Amino acid sequence: MTVFDPGAAATAATEAILADTLHGSARGVVVDSPPGAGKSTLVVRAALELVAAGRPLMVVAQTNSQVDDLVVRLAEKAPGLPVGRLHSSDSDPYDKALDELENVRKSSKAGDLAGLDVVISTAAKWAHVKDVEPWRHAIVDEAYQMRSDALLAVAGLFERALFVGDPGQLDPFAIADAEQWAGLSYDPSASAVSTLLAHNPELPQHRLPVSWRLPASAAPLVSNAFYPFTPFRSGTGHGDRRLAFGVASDGSAPDRALDEAAESGWALLELPARHTPRTDPEAVRAAAQVVRRLLDRGGAATSERSPDPVPLTADRIAVGTAHRDQAAAIRAALAELGVSGVAVDTANRLQGREFDVTVVLHPLSGRPDATAFHLETGRLCVLASRHRHACIVVCRAGVTDLLDDHPSTEPVQLGVTVKFPDGWEAMMSTWDHWSEHRVVWRP
Amino acid sequence: MSLIATLARLEAVESGRAQPLATVRHRHLSERPLVFVPLTTAGEAGAPLGALVGTDRNAPTLLVVPQPRDRDLRFTFLADLAEAVLPYLDAYAADIELTERSETDPETGKKTKVEVELCADAPQLIVPGRAGVDFVRLLGRSMRFRRTAEQDPDAPYPAPPRVPLLGRWFTHYAERARTPGAALLLAATDLLNRHWATGQSSLEDQHLGALLAWIDPPAGEPGAEAALRAELARGADGQLLCPPAGPATDPAFDNRLLAPAVERYDRARQALQAAEDGLAADDRLGQLTAAEREIRRLLAAQLMPTWSAVWRALDLLRELPEGDRAAARWTSDRWSFTGHRDRITAGEPPQPRRDDAVTAATKLLRRERAQAELEAGEALDDPLVMAGRRLSGEAFAGEVVEVTPAWSESKRPSPRPLLTLRTDDAPHLAEGAKVYRSLDGKPQKAEFVAYEPGGALVLRVLDKMGRAKDPAPGSVPEKGDRICWTLFEHEQRGAPKLPDPEATPWTHGGPPGAATAEQPDAPTPEDLL
Repeated sequence: MTVFDPGAAATAATEAILADTLHGSARGVVVDSPPGAGKSTLVVRAALELVAAGRPLMVVAQTNSQVDDLVVRLAEKAPGLPVGRLHSSDSDPYDKALDELENVRKSSKAGDLAGLDVVISTAAKWAHVKDVEPWRHAIVDEAYQMRSDALLAVAGLFERALFVGDPGQLDPFAIADAEQWAGLSYDPSASAVSTLLAHNPELPQHRLPVSWRLPASAAPLVSNAFYPFTPFRSGTGHGDRRLAFGVASDGSAPDRALDEAAESGWALLELPARHTPRTDPEAVRAAAQVVRRLLDRGGAATSERSPDPVPLTADRIAVGTAHRDQAAAIRAALAELGVSGVAVDTANRLQGREFDVTVVLHPLSGRPDATAFHLETGRLCVLASRHRHACIVVCRAGVTDLLDDHPSTEPVQLGVTVKFPDGWEAMMSTWDHWSEHRVVWRP
Repeated sequence: MSLIATLARLEAVESGRAQPLATVRHRHLSERPLVFVPLTTAGEAGAPLGALVGTDRNAPTLLVVPQPRDRDLRFTFLADLAEAVLPYLDAYAADIELTERSETDPETGKKTKVEVELCADAPQLIVPGRAGVDFVRLLGRSMRFRRTAEQDPDAPYPAPPRVPLLGRWFTHYAERARTPGAALLLAATDLLNRHWATGQSSLEDQHLGALLAWIDPPAGEPGAEAALRAELARGADGQLLCPPAGPATDPAFDNRLLAPAVERYDRARQALQAAEDGLAADDRLGQLTAAEREIRRLLAAQLMPTWSAVWRALDLLRELPEGDRAAARWTSDRWSFTGHRDRITAGEPPQPRRDDAVTAATKLLRRERAQAELEAGEALDDPLVMAGRRLSGEAFAGEVVEVTPAWSESKRPSPRPLLTLRTDDAPHLAEGAKVYRSLDGKPQKAEFVAYEPGGALVLRVLDKMGRAKDPAPGSVPEKGDRICWTLFEHEQRGAPKLPDPEATPWTHGGPPGAATAEQPDAPTPEDLL
């Protein structure tokens, strides 16, 4: 048996992707990337190689912060590269950090950016660009979060494209009913990649095999629960990452949960079973207290990035929820405890971000029912895959009973590819695993 | 369900009466709507059984298919339905006003004003429930591809003259009903549920009789009891006192009354065909007519309670004043009606079975836009709806306690006054979040700056203050003003222009045409018995 070398496996995958992109004959290349597998690094590298090969490039991302982030990364790697940032005509349309970058030209008109090697913008802005010479190549980032109709609006702007994204994260959604198109290959509410592959099944598909973000304690669970047919590995081993505290535990449940998470990478802080409103005050307070203790106890993270322990500061911590009002309630609770600088947001907005430690309010906590929204695989996957060291799940007891009472009852649509695993199964398997790291709390 | 709706439902349970969810009517109601109460045959998809249709509540037209499995009788029914509905539609199609619309000249690409026709009002169809809307869609689907003898002399089973046209209109109305806020085709249950919260589940709210029992219970009776009676109470003959609002019928009615009556009709028809002389035929024709009259009587008895319930629902809704923006939404319905009228006049083919990629994407974008505009519009029209948004942190009302003049930092400073507001609401504001208020019907934008130590919040007003250095009079709130700000936008941005269907890109299968045309399924061994 050969020893798995994550570095070599990742390099081999990247080389294959670049070979297909630069020298292949297909019009599109699709790359599936699990959480933290170096998707952004791949996008930057592919962009530089395409430019080096003399092919001007357009890059499509989904949000303004993703676009700004890519511009900064490109400028870091290649400070001399002329980059165009196409932005909206709103006030304050891009990150002010871009003004510092010498070779980045910003404009709200595509015409001003003509001739630059790379032009980057959001799908929404690209959709308004008309009457330009099509680009020979495009990179579409976060393609699984892009809706099919958004791709329809921009696909005329390029001849060939590299589509990169994470199939396990949240699917795009529509606020109006789109059921009448379910099952059509070009269902406008489906993801861009599903439409693309339905019409072009012969396109080469690759995947990145190594998650550099998720620790060895998390990769197997996330891979089994959310990517059962396309498994991935952690880039680091069990001993490579360590979380330690300067202050000893005071024996309270939040402290015990922190110790369990530091030890094993996961902790489940379980509150007594109860039906609650969405902004369950006890669960909200519990989550806030875990964060408070995490900061008070002087956490320090040791990883492959540096030989010395790095202090765990507020900006390396995130709290994830399912709903916006829950996030608002936790923000208020944290402010009351005097904590600032911790990212508290919904799964939708935490997508693509990375932290050392995350605290997650379980989507099913305290609920009387399990709706399709709360059972969505992508939501739990995002929440459970943002951390480099440890994740603490806060939840009311009784999730297994709730799941037993609410089997998936979504109508089956003809022609729609059934997505595995379904949310129900993913909820159950992650819950089983987290139960082994349970800390019971009666506030 | 929002918190305020949950609260209203709890109050409804406690008080035994439905509670209002709105203070104004959020859908336009025509002066003269056409009410259509259809029934379908159990176990035979798309086989109409009967219908009441008309614009006069005292004089509905009863249409009946005495033997629903007989396709000729079905066609007769559809032809009669076309005669009942199309004159109503035609009356509106003829009454037009002239208005201006900007259109892009295809040659020069310049925008020019052109004078176009807009129907002064549009016909409105009301059905009892959502299943009725689906049935209209189904009827539309089953009629619009039929060919009349005039269109195609070789058609083996030609449809009566106006049936395909009715199919196109029904299809258009059912499709328009999918646009949020549209009012061309409305379900009475949807209308009532939008304006009142009952103490029963949303599934039970689909029962028109039970819904009305909650909203307008008989004197002294609690809503829950009246609703239960509406759902379950049966007379001495075992029939429901409040028959289902259709199109599905009650199985007890089907088995005990309808099936024997249809059988009598069938026997009378066979007897008539077997008649050997004129005298016997006359006699048997009389029996056939009697059998048919009996079926008509049975169906009328099933349909009449629903017919009255729909009109009663309309009466209840008319008591609410119409919201300003509901009237504006009705104008889009008029455009929709005019547009389809023009497509029919221009001789375009019936709507295709499936949308192509570009049409589907365009429709979804339009509907999402309509949904966002509807949500914002209802809140702006109605303080009770706005209260729900305030409760969920998406809006806040507060008193201006201080106005500090300030200007932007640029060569030509523009006014950017700061407002300090005190509010009891708890909006979900992040730094730099944009908030909007309605200023003479137009949205004015401000951004959230910070919370003050005392809990008051500071906003910076950003626009609608004129071009001068000092803000135009009346454009900046004054101390003591009470203003409601929303975190959601009042108007939606223009959607991007999608490619023409002929320019569908390779990612979406290229232009629709022969290559993507649908092939019938190949026969498989299972197909052959």
